[in-house]
Amino acid sequence: MVNFAGWDMPIRYDSQIEEHHAVRKSVGVFDVSHMAIIEIFGNASQLLLGKLLANDISRLRVPGKALYSAMLDFSGHVIDDLIVYFLANDRYLLVVNCVNREKDIAWFQQRMRHMDCELNEREDLSILAIQGPDALSKTTEILGGAYCSTLESLTEFQGAWCEEYFIARTGYTGERGLEIMLPATPAKELWKKLLLHGVRPIGLGARDTLRLEAGMNLYGNDMDETVTPFESNMAATVVLEKREFIGSEALRLHQSPRILVGLIMNDKGILRPHYPVFMENELVGEITSGAFSPTLGTSIALARVNKTDGNLTVEIRGRRMSVALVRPPFVRNGKPVCNTW
Amino acid sequence: MVKFADDRYYLESHEWAKLEEDGTVVVGISDHAQEALGDVVFVELPEVGDELVAKSEAGVVESVKAASDIYTPISGVVSAINEQLEESPEIVNDFPYDEGWFFKIRPSDSTELSSLLSVEKYREICEE
Repeated sequence: MVNFAGWDMPIRYDSQIEEHHAVRKSVGVFDVSHMAIIEIFGNASQLLLGKLLANDISRLRVPGKALYSAMLDFSGHVIDDLIVYFLANDRYLLVVNCVNREKDIAWFQQRMRHMDCELNEREDLSILAIQGPDALSKTTEILGGAYCSTLESLTEFQGAWCEEYFIARTGYTGERGLEIMLPATPAKELWKKLLLHGVRPIGLGARDTLRLEAGMNLYGNDMDETVTPFESNMAATVVLEKREFIGSEALRLHQSPRILVGLIMNDKGILRPHYPVFMENELVGEITSGAFSPTLGTSIALARVNKTDGNLTVEIRGRRMSVALVRPPFVRNGKPVCNTW
Repeated sequence: MVKFADDRYYLESHEWAKLEEDGTVVVGISDHAQEALGDVVFVELPEVGDELVAKSEAGVVESVKAASDIYTPISGVVSAINEQLEESPEIVNDFPYDEGWFFKIRPSDSTELSSLLSVEKYREICEE
């Protein structure tokens, strides 16, 4: 067990690598109740989120549809990354990082003063993430009834309330899957049922290697308040055209050679956070997340570098090891993908 | 249940040393150590012929969690390394006391063995 921002969470229930493979090949369940759930409602909700989010909230028109976005400060740096679900023009549901919970809520409250909208944190809700190629069929088998028809009505990246459950087709693994928000008591029951039906419990360790293989950033490792989304491989989530939002002005003026890239180890050895990255003899950056990739059978990493036009090496215990430069993700739907830079 | 092998000596840093009939000493890590490390994914071993000094770094074991130095319990010359670990590092997790050994050393001073921890002492340290 490890203390994760005040929550006691298991790194692994059993073998971390087997947990990882279970999600890629069949199905696993994560207790991610530490994530913070925030409701924003009122007539000015869309106006508020349009100001606060770098992605374009007005693109959400179908009820339940979700959007991944960065929230920036005035200098264009990343306060947090989050998922926002559109429920109605005056109602949104947000899931934010646990480590940023207080900071985010304070930021929202400060910005929504004198605006016709309100915020409500749903501390009563737990979150179970059921992920893997068999996630939907297993969950359908277990939930039954009205929950099933809700589940079947959902498309990728969409969620909906069904009684006291919010069921969404989202995740942090690069696999098909669900995230279900529900009160603590039914959450415990659902957890038990899932395990009885052969769904494997997955710890924080495999959660990290799964999201890294999927090329997904981890706040605090891969981005924070010292970097912009352009320096964090998040440009595709920033909509600048004809929009004004907090940080947009800074981003328009922004020029930085730093980018977040993917690295695959050509040799033996494990890439880990903060290892220095070199091009010839020049230090060009450092690893932000690195681990052994169970799917690829070698080590992979995300690294922030200011140059990519040459052969890169990573220094491990005084030795320079050759790495290949790639565009994340490394794995999608159970299969390795290799997009050269 | 963490296992302890009682036919060998230990270091506080969780390596074990076992004297073979031919006078060489086999080195590996304990069950307690592999359990704490989690899945082992890479082992960096010394080279055959390397001269090692007792309690100095002799290699690195990388698990899904972290990289940890391996120390040699005794001084001497490396006479063999476990080449199986290159392809299958997970045998360190599965068989820490036999197939998962790291290297063999021809001791320069076999009396060093008696200065190491007995299994009872080592067990106490692990259970603290």
